[in-house]
Amino acid sequence: MLAGLLMAGCHPDADVLTSPEAVPGSVVPANFPPPAYGPEQNPPDRASFELGRSLFYDPLLSRDSTVSCGTCHRQADAFADAGRRLSVGVQGRLGARNAPPLQNLRWRRTLMWDGAVSHIEVLPLAPLSNAQEMGETLPHVLAKLNRHPSYPARFARLYGPGPITSYQLLRTLAQFTAALTSADSRYDHYVRHEAGGTLSSAELRGLTTFRAQCASCHATDLFTDETYRNNGLDGRFPQDSGRAHITGRAAERGLFKVPSLRNVALTAPYMHDGRLQTLAEVLDHYDHGVVASATLDPLLRRPDGHLGLALDARQRTDLLAFLQTLTDDSFLHNPQLAPPR
Amino acid sequence: MLFRTLPAALATLLLGAISLTACDDDDQPATVTTGKLNFELENVVGAQSLAFGTPYATLAGDPFSVTKFSYILSNFKLTKADGSVWAEPESYHLIKQSDAGSRNFTIADIPPGDYTGLTFTIGVDAARNTAGAQTGALAQDNDMYWDWNSGYIFLKLEGTSTQSRTGVFTYHVGGFKDPYNSLRTVALPLPAGVTALQVSTTKTPELHLKADVQRLFAGRYPVRLAQMITTGHGADSSAVKLAINYAAGMFRIDHVHNGD
Ligand code: HEC
Ligand code: HEC
Repeated sequence: MLAGLLMAGCHPDADVLTSPEAVPGSVVPANFPPPAYGPEQNPPDRASFELGRSLFYDPLLSRDSTVSCGTCHRQADAFADAGRRLSVGVQGRLGARNAPPLQNLRWRRTLMWDGAVSHIEVLPLAPLSNAQEMGETLPHVLAKLNRHPSYPARFARLYGPGPITSYQLLRTLAQFTAALTSADSRYDHYVRHEAGGTLSSAELRGLTTFRAQCASCHATDLFTDETYRNNGLDGRFPQDSGRAHITGRAAERGLFKVPSLRNVALTAPYMHDGRLQTLAEVLDHYDHGVVASATLDPLLRRPDGHLGLALDARQRTDLLAFLQTLTDDSFLHNPQLAPPR
Repeated sequence: MLFRTLPAALATLLLGAISLTACDDDDQPATVTTGKLNFELENVVGAQSLAFGTPYATLAGDPFSVTKFSYILSNFKLTKADGSVWAEPESYHLIKQSDAGSRNFTIADIPPGDYTGLTFTIGVDAARNTAGAQTGALAQDNDMYWDWNSGYIFLKLEGTSTQSRTGVFTYHVGGFKDPYNSLRTVALPLPAGVTALQVSTTKTPELHLKADVQRLFAGRYPVRLAQMITTGHGADSSAVKLAINYAAGMFRIDHVHNGD
């Protein structure tokens, strides 16, 4: 029996024949730290990836079949929802937060702006069951999938006969979300000393400023240190207390996940509630918009008592130039990550 | 560096093969070297058996009836008189009042011997709580999982009460991180007259456990249904109070049949 399945595993299916490349995200970029969700935990596999991709783009996962994961996470926007302050779900319902880009999720130790979700595999449960997003329940989604004309057979090819289970659904979706590696920007080529890795002198000055002023939080080549911090957007947090909502700790009120800045030129508007429209506004915020509060990050308090990061006009122009180098066109246009035809 | 590309199907198959062997106790191979313990859980309200819809009263006099009672017990450990401990591998058991079959389960592959101590955890340890998609007792669609603020619900008690201003109450206990850590491990003493659980290759002791719903409402934090009708949708201080209450005596071994 084992031999039979081994053979089945070696038989390339139609998907493999049409796209002979490796499953996206199968390679750990040389300039990245070790992933939290290593590939050995859910080995990239062509048929599983393609099934995960179908599910990601399938509105069947929402209550009224109008909203898919891909509705709020669009490839052209690095899987963010550019142009929308807050995400919009079934029946036009407005969510509470800005849909973040989905990229390099293998390296995320906790997910969501407040770290509510502990693991990439269980993440889909949150949008599925959120009344403002997909308005579904897991048992009902499974029932719909099990009645579907093609999903049962596709799952059975991977997991053997029997109804589709929650485990199978979650593992399969993670095959797609974990594949969203963005590591091919001009900046990446520059740090890896690869062809095409040339930065202009303004971009290089921007990089120097970035390393001095921003990289303490937007750290490593993932551009986040994966911590929660208060970057001074508000003095009080009546609407959204961020990390404190999850941990119950008053000392974490107003703290949000330091977001990656990869593809940041494409993911406006910015911050957890999409309040800032442009990168220039973001830099204005850091320079003179930072608001004091008990939990404001100490890095944003200067020794002279001023708040924020002092950025002169030249530094701001250079930073804006540098941030553009983080755009990864091959990620945004990789046909393997697009909705299946 | 290239990722290993073991097909998911194969990985599942291997896992399947392993767990098949582990569960295959009915068809004992020729040489049996381990023993088993059978557990039978009875949910009660004081001296009465628990039944959905039956009217009861808390020790403080609040009327209530139950519409749902489910919990996860994990990490069963057996201790011998010499202090040596055997821990059940992959030890997660989901018990639902609504599912009679779930109230009986067997722990297998136990080294024979006389065991004098039994401990288990009410809930799911932090490691497994953050390990992603699970199967069996821990499958995410088992009605014991918080979708956002992800994590397992260790115990659910839902019911009705005329004391509640909404007419109903919903207690969901979970959370495994300070300051709202509701994980509790309990050590159950053997009933009077039973000196040991005698596990052998031929004899399977049967433990009859009782879980007393009263003990959620009573204990260090007396709970009145007029004051507390719900816990948060996530770990919170009410959940921890309920956990402290139930850990102090909800479970007990009522009697043991040491098998013949
Ligand atoms: C209605 C819009 C919407 C839909 C539909 C949606 N999401 Fe999201 N997604 C969001 C928002 C908003 C957030 C941020 C929520 C928060 O932090 O509280 C988010 C966050 C995430 C994150 C966390 C990213 C990070 O870096 O922390 C992942 C992963 C994700 N979504 C995947 C999915 C998947 C998979 C689906 C489909 C099952 C899905 N989303 C459906 C709006 C949506
Ligand atoms: C003290 C830590 C810290 C420093 C220093 C810092 N940031 Fe941030 N940054 C954050 C946090 C936290 C957020 C998310 C805040 C929120 O949404 O509530 C953020 C958000 C952003 C965003 C929005 C990203 C998005 O997807 O919405 C941009 C852009 C940004 N920072 C750029 C910068 C730049 C450029 C610098 C240096 C000039 C910088 N940051 C310095 C912590 C920091």
